[in-house]
Amino acid sequence: MIPRASLPWLSPRVPADATPHAPDQAQPDVSISALSGAGASRRDVVKWLGLGGLVLAAGAGGVRRLDAASGLSHNAEPWEAHAYIRIADDGTVTIVCHRSEMGQGIRTTMPMIIADEMEADWNRCRVEQAVGDEKKYGSQNTDGSTSIRDFLSKYREAGATVRALFEDAAAKEWGVPVAQVSAQNGMVVHAASSRSVSFGALVATARTIAMPSKERVRVKTPSQRRWEGKAMPSIDLVPMTTGKAVYGADVMLPGMKFAVVARPPVWGGKVLSVDDTLALKVPGVERVVRIPETPIPGAYMPLGGVAVIAKNTWAAMKGRDALKITWENGPNASYDSKAYKSRLLDAVRTPGKAGRTVGNVATALASASRTIKAEYYMPHLSHAQMEPVVALANVSNGKVEAWGPTQSPQDARNAIAQYLKVDAATVTMHVTLLGGGFGRKSKPDFICEAAFLSREVKAPVRVQWTREDDLRNSYLHSVAAHHLEAGLDASGNVTAWLHRSAYPAIGATFAPNVPGAEPDELTNGASDIPFDVPHISVEICPAVAHTRIGWYRSVNAIHHGFAIGSFVDELAFTARKDSADFLRTLIGRDRVVDLSTAGLVKPASNYGATWTDHPLDTARARGVVDLAVEKSGWRGAALPRGKGRGIAMHRSFLSYIAMVVEVEVLPDGTVLVPKATVAVDAGFIANPDRAKAQMEGALIMAMSNILYSEVSFAEGRVVQSNFRDYGVTRMRAAPRVVDVHLITSEGLPGGVGEPGVPPAGGAIANAIFAATGVRVRELPVGKQLAGWQTGKAED
Amino acid sequence: MSSAPITLTVNGARRTFDGDPTTPLLWFLRDELALTGTKYGCGISQCGACTVHVNGAPVRACQRLMQALSGAAVTTIEGLHPSGEHALQVAWRAIDVPQCGFCQSGQIMQAATLLKNNPAPTDAHIDAAMNGHICRCGTYPRIRAAIKVAATTMAAGTSK
Repeated sequence: MIPRASLPWLSPRVPADATPHAPDQAQPDVSISALSGAGASRRDVVKWLGLGGLVLAAGAGGVRRLDAASGLSHNAEPWEAHAYIRIADDGTVTIVCHRSEMGQGIRTTMPMIIADEMEADWNRCRVEQAVGDEKKYGSQNTDGSTSIRDFLSKYREAGATVRALFEDAAAKEWGVPVAQVSAQNGMVVHAASSRSVSFGALVATARTIAMPSKERVRVKTPSQRRWEGKAMPSIDLVPMTTGKAVYGADVMLPGMKFAVVARPPVWGGKVLSVDDTLALKVPGVERVVRIPETPIPGAYMPLGGVAVIAKNTWAAMKGRDALKITWENGPNASYDSKAYKSRLLDAVRTPGKAGRTVGNVATALASASRTIKAEYYMPHLSHAQMEPVVALANVSNGKVEAWGPTQSPQDARNAIAQYLKVDAATVTMHVTLLGGGFGRKSKPDFICEAAFLSREVKAPVRVQWTREDDLRNSYLHSVAAHHLEAGLDASGNVTAWLHRSAYPAIGATFAPNVPGAEPDELTNGASDIPFDVPHISVEICPAVAHTRIGWYRSVNAIHHGFAIGSFVDELAFTARKDSADFLRTLIGRDRVVDLSTAGLVKPASNYGATWTDHPLDTARARGVVDLAVEKSGWRGAALPRGKGRGIAMHRSFLSYIAMVVEVEVLPDGTVLVPKATVAVDAGFIANPDRAKAQMEGALIMAMSNILYSEVSFAEGRVVQSNFRDYGVTRMRAAPRVVDVHLITSEGLPGGVGEPGVPPAGGAIANAIFAATGVRVRELPVGKQLAGWQTGKAED
Repeated sequence: MSSAPITLTVNGARRTFDGDPTTPLLWFLRDELALTGTKYGCGISQCGACTVHVNGAPVRACQRLMQALSGAAVTTIEGLHPSGEHALQVAWRAIDVPQCGFCQSGQIMQAATLLKNNPAPTDAHIDAAMNGHICRCGTYPRIRAAIKVAATTMAAGTSK
């Protein structure tokens, strides 16, 4: 085995011995409740009680012991817990993961934090996936880069309480003061008498003694941590490399049917007529079922359409192809991306609703010694997660059981209940692994389809979306236009900053007649900029939605980050200054700003956190710029024409990230990324290797967003169909080296999954400018750079 | 269907298929044999998630029809190594390549063929061999590194 530290993208800060066990040793059990339909109900916490052992639940009110004797179960006394921990008589520790795993590593990071605090033996730990249950788990919505930033301290306290409980139990059994014993790797040790006892052997006592008081519970100091803050191999590695990992389409039930659905190609469209004669002749096709259309905006409800039910997926696909459907296209039938782009650009040329106002930008622009304007455009994007959405459901005996790759099992459960008009208590939502999520799988429309069809055909039904379906009937990332204008004084300092954006709102998927995004959406990385400018106006302009708009990794920060990152570089170029120096000056002196009182329009959101906990800290913004500059060789020798470096810094999801991206642009306009340097200040980072993986992935996803991807509309329909015409980053262009530097911090954690994307966008675009002199303001880059050397490049 | 059953071996076991002969291998593996390690990602051989070996060569199972597989030997990710310890699988774990993991079966199957034909691939060889595989999580740099690690262990004869 090659030492991990020798790999180029692993910074030397991760100790080589950080791996708690060799990857080829026994891995923790990685069962997913979804594996077995019949077995799933046994996962219920209440029934755990019948299996012996010790069951603890950690919630807002502390850690409670659930035991049958006291009747304390979630049914008897609901309260918001988030972590359930069971220690069996044989010492096996089971931790229920309440968040969905989509590649970010939460099924490893959550249990490792708890197990570390518990002093558990990692090789005796198992992870179980929680079903969707709001009363039992609190919010399980795995989005907004929240899992660690919302729960780190709660996971720690839960683990530390269990450790204290076992120490108390051992002290009692041995009749020694608790100060003389200590938990160590699944045992409690009394050094003075050389005695030790396993957690399993202490379960009986731990079930009966008083729970440790709050004062007694001590969260570990940094030096006591064994795994937190160090690289921990992901627990799902063996199943993921042997084909055994269970994703949405991998759950099987006896007698299940396979469905593929024809959905309205235009948002708000309806079926006028269906001829299913040929479809029903396809061998294996059993039935054709109408799914009623949901009036728009349909939120999480299915679009409706025509489902083909078959004995296998292939027959269902062929049957769907054989349907002859006449559609009525409805109010969005004329949606056309070219025309819409003009409308968006028109919108941003007129003042919008204020999101942040500091000073008087109009006056400042008028008195500036120079003003610079630029406009940027970014098309709709599709998540294009590798696993197209898919779900299995079984409706029988008045109960609904569903399995699927959902980021939000509670939303799925509630949506099924709403759609089928049943009580949510009769719905069980099992969470499989997600073959990528990126926000698409926050929306459970596809799971509702499976539940509806199961009820119709009285059998378990799996709904499989094809790649084409996934691209054409998704909840797309918003198309956006930006107008930026700055005033510079005689020394090149920015005195005025005007930023207007227009993009259809996610809210338009949930409420009718939404005229555009709300000013608060600008707090996703546009109005909360860490720049020291005396006159600022950040505005949102109207934009009506003509397709379903949804969250996509980093959300509005994607286009905010691209536009702002590019514009800063344009200003630096105009001011004839080094872009990194210019950025540093723009950030200004170190200061802490509570933006809720610094011009932001209420409610002045801060990613769900308080401004007290997470103020805008410009020293952190400057710090990541300095680190990226230092580590990237920014100040090194100039690169030859055709190669260039770009820098950008962005704060989103409470984390500060700077990137220096180096590109090589080939004569045909192909963009390669030889190297990228990423500097991250995300507060405390529980699992550094997974955080680095998120940065690698964010950069590569940003390459897709900037260089290749576009969903466009003509006559209301999505033009693209599959990966043939929806371009994404592939191996050849992928970075050779992604050098990620995580700032070591004990600060409150920020997000990690999303905030890498926005600075990468600006840095890539700026690197292209440095390499070619071509400033790309309309995305994707696509073929715009073809012939750049001979000046034939399009503008 | 009136066509004669098609007999083939999958991961060394004899299997018979008597359905629509134009069914792609992918759906026979997944829906009938429950070998779900082979993934559906695009259906048009653009993403590589369904890559398996047919008579030792890498094939997109979404494009290879059952009617062309009479007598064929198919290997899926489940059959790549009896205990899941092919040098590539070991390297993949050592480097913690997967994020969501969905595309990794196809990536590993493609890489296995690459190393069989080219025991010491350069970056350019790896890029050429792997360019047909999409990973939206962005694990490409780690895939490149893991292939090189596996090549080293295989050359050293330490792989099982």
